[in-house]
Amino acid sequence: MENAGYMLAAFIVIWSGLLAYIFILWRTQAKLHRDIKLLKESLEDNS
Amino acid sequence: MKRKILFFLSAGLILASFYMVLVFVPTERDMGVVQRIFYYHVPLAWIAFMAFFIVFIGSIMYLFKRKPFWDYLASSSAEIGLVFISLMLITGSIWAQPTWGVWWIWEPRLTTSLILWFIYVAYFIVRGYISEEEKQARFAGVVGIIGFLNVPLVFLSVTLWRTQHPPLTIFTEGLVAPMMATLLVCLFAFNFLYIYLLSERTLMKLDEAEVKRLKENIMERNG
Repeated sequence: MENAGYMLAAFIVIWSGLLAYIFILWRTQAKLHRDIKLLKESLEDNS
Repeated sequence: MKRKILFFLSAGLILASFYMVLVFVPTERDMGVVQRIFYYHVPLAWIAFMAFFIVFIGSIMYLFKRKPFWDYLASSSAEIGLVFISLMLITGSIWAQPTWGVWWIWEPRLTTSLILWFIYVAYFIVRGYISEEEKQARFAGVVGIIGFLNVPLVFLSVTLWRTQHPPLTIFTEGLVAPMMATLLVCLFAFNFLYIYLLSERTLMKLDEAEVKRLKENIMERNG
């Protein structure tokens, strides 16, 4: 198992990078949906 | 619904790829276990190239049609491509250390790949510096088209020049069947992940435009 540490490091970089990106996307998307809902409610209240 | 199917399909394939890369595939004779980085390193590069091709297509379509959707698609794909090429460069560097004895070497494949990374960083710098949306999309579109011209150069660099990086001979000289099967599973997993991410990110851009439109409506009403 020589150099297994390098393999492990590469896999950690790949999957932590991709998971972090997906997590940021989901969080931003949830915020956008909340904003749209609030803005639509605000528009309806004003009309 | 379709996006959920895409997500679970990619998640399933990614789990299968874990099993194949860590358990199923035999250890390569010369490089040992570190060669297993190859099964993710190659798909990362493949997806980055594909993402930049979509940027190229989206940019051309935007410049012809001037419909914001094409700019949303191109910029979403550029962002995903930048994530994948960054991971490709980092994993390549980690693989280079035990194989070549250095983290980085200024040889054609690595240098052209780094230039490609800088081009798409510049793509976002251009977007960040211009506030007017239409102008921003137009300028970024030009960078997206010109930037893609470097992709064939990166791909062909291993045949055009003498390089340290191994040439892409896996499809001509062949890998043993379990290695090829593992590579294909990883390629499919990343392809589905890319399609899922692209659809999510493009829809988010449409949502961002909707938020902007609603805010403008409220401001108009409030005078």
